[in-house]
Amino acid sequence: MPLYHTDDQTMLSDTVGQFMAEEGAIAKQLRHWRDRDCKDGFGHGLWKQFAEMGFTGILVGEDDGGLGMGHVEAGIVLEEIGRNLTPSPFLTSAVLAGTALQHGSNDVRGRWLPGLVSGESVFAVAIDEGAKHRPERIKTRAEKSGNGFRLSGRKDFVVYGGSADMIVVAARTSGADDDTDGITLFAVPKDVSGMSHDAVRLVDSSMATHTTFDNVELDGDAVIGEVDGGREILNKVLMAGRVGAAAEGVGVARGAMDMTVDYLKQRKQFGKLIGEFQALQHRAAHLYSEVEIARAVTIKAQQLLDAGSEKADLMASVAKAKVGKAAGLAVKEGVQMHGGIGMTDEYDIGLYMKRDRALAEFMGDVYYHAGRVAEMSGY
Amino acid sequence: MSDLDTFRAETRAWLEANCPPEMREPVRDDEDVYWGGRKATFKNDAQKAWFEACRDKGYTVPAWPKEYGGAGLSPAEAKVLREEMARIGARPPLSSFGIWMLGPALLHFGTEEQKKKYLNEIARGEIRWCQGYSEPGSGSDLVSLQTFGEDKGDHWVVNGQKIWTSYADKADWIFCLVRTDKNDKYRGITFMLFDMETPGVSTKPILLISGNSPFCETFFDDVKVPKDQYVGEINRGWDVAKYLLGHEREMISGADSSERGAGIGAMLKRQTGELDPVLRAELAMFDVDALAFSAMGEKFLDEVKIGKAHPAQPNMMKYAGTELNKRRHELIMAAGGSAALEWESEETDGGKPARSWLRTKANSIEGGTSEVMLNVISKRILELPGA
Repeated sequence: MPLYHTDDQTMLSDTVGQFMAEEGAIAKQLRHWRDRDCKDGFGHGLWKQFAEMGFTGILVGEDDGGLGMGHVEAGIVLEEIGRNLTPSPFLTSAVLAGTALQHGSNDVRGRWLPGLVSGESVFAVAIDEGAKHRPERIKTRAEKSGNGFRLSGRKDFVVYGGSADMIVVAARTSGADDDTDGITLFAVPKDVSGMSHDAVRLVDSSMATHTTFDNVELDGDAVIGEVDGGREILNKVLMAGRVGAAAEGVGVARGAMDMTVDYLKQRKQFGKLIGEFQALQHRAAHLYSEVEIARAVTIKAQQLLDAGSEKADLMASVAKAKVGKAAGLAVKEGVQMHGGIGMTDEYDIGLYMKRDRALAEFMGDVYYHAGRVAEMSGY
Repeated sequence: MSDLDTFRAETRAWLEANCPPEMREPVRDDEDVYWGGRKATFKNDAQKAWFEACRDKGYTVPAWPKEYGGAGLSPAEAKVLREEMARIGARPPLSSFGIWMLGPALLHFGTEEQKKKYLNEIARGEIRWCQGYSEPGSGSDLVSLQTFGEDKGDHWVVNGQKIWTSYADKADWIFCLVRTDKNDKYRGITFMLFDMETPGVSTKPILLISGNSPFCETFFDDVKVPKDQYVGEINRGWDVAKYLLGHEREMISGADSSERGAGIGAMLKRQTGELDPVLRAELAMFDVDALAFSAMGEKFLDEVKIGKAHPAQPNMMKYAGTELNKRRHELIMAAGGSAALEWESEETDGGKPARSWLRTKANSIEGGTSEVMLNVISKRILELPGA
């Protein structure tokens, strides 16, 4: 498959790009909700619009009422979300939870997917335990209890957990904390007793929770997939999340870079446009090169994931790490090249820096994924 | 089965029958590369058999039309052939600047007569070409070149000096930028072709820091060049040169991005047994960049095929690819430790790690420095202002 967008994908990209630039713009969404101290951190109205456009069900199979598209298409939406810094539960709901739910029984899919497709529901995923992404170790436990389970433990960095109608929780149903096996995924509804959220606003104004499960009673039908067989599904969720976060990161990088290159063409110092200075030209050109490469490997990972290739796991980590580097460079160069104005809240470039920082941690940072690349390569 | 699947099956069978096992080993040194030309000799029978089989099939230049010595493959078929050769690790049957550079220029700018003669000679490995671009005073600022061809009616008399002429001492003919109008910097250069045995042509190898001499100084002392031996138009050789520089940058970067895109951490771990943890981390970060660049190379070639790549994108590929390769060899040296310092030993195959490391330092100089690439990216892609 050639490594560029097909005509259909290019059309989707144009549509999404226009929609997001209008409806998902920084002033209309990010600043609007932030300045009102919104407890959700995103607008439900826009989420409904996403549903009308078909975005919320983009990965959901056609039999379940979705568009049945792939990660390339989801990535197109995410890149535009990134470019416009649009606060949205798209990544957590449509990509992460959506991927988990694909592996659920008819009952599980029937219970949750219609709400996702219609934009009535927002989902979150609870994987991380601790401040760093280490999904190899899962301590949160679900013990057998009657026909169901009793869930106890604590999850961190549950993005939009406080707003979620359902949280996909990765818990241990057997074995030791570091075991690969013995993991089960649960679809935990928001109203269960014993679940409490400590909601925190993050540096990028998004909302996340530390979520505690204190003997939460779950029905047997909360299980997604097989009991003790959740690791395989979790790995798919992680791959989807990594590739999705990479796509959003590419958008953040391109948004920051475009803004910065525009600024270089407008700002005058010493009687010249600062874009005439070779010191800045070379840095901008290097940045362009890094962002292009990051975008290429992200599309490669999306295609491998859609093709069900066994190389997808490696390339997902390469993409997440490379985008982490490139987007990090884009926002840092962005603020520096904007000079003093780049430090002001009034100017948008700083918002890109903040979003990049949060996205860099989400689903594992550069170091985590570079380490995985080394391990998977055999050293 | 689609036509392409049929072609793949046929290609696989043909390669199986015609590519000797020795020709599926990685290229270890320059002797493993067959360059063709009047003075060429084969290193062994396998090299000869492989070259001749490909020559007869048109596979030395598979995408060139059949009447010019190629196999007339479509881009999709050529990709299949590349993939199938890569699958078995087949070496290129013939390498030459004729294939990489003069050929593309002739296909674009040449007359029918020139194409028939020169392209067939290149495809059959009969004539080995070298490239006369840089001069002692004209490196990055190539257009300032001074080698002058004086118009004498039916011929030019060329005087001057070229430098960094790759393998000039082994080449049969040269394609060469010569000033034919001193009053017009850009429209005063002609792209000439002449025989290196013409009286007045001499070469002198340049010893590099790697201890090898892949480049020469080339001197022209009253060299007579017939007036029909040029490509494009007289005084418009810069157009041809610019077109070719694009190709050279693709060659240096895109063409071997699959090799440059391979990770090295696992290989170095096998070689050294143990990696210092901080070095391991550096290798992991390098492998991320290398694997990502391999995807970039794939995307770039795919986009070139449908004319979707930005015309200045080869500059980005050249910049990123060569900088990556320099880093690769820094890390190979670091992992190799004192063993990699050996300059002549048998264990290092005659100092290969150190010599290769030194050689890569030229990657970001030859064919346009990294700094020139960044200039081009900022002007032509980012459209930043100023000279």
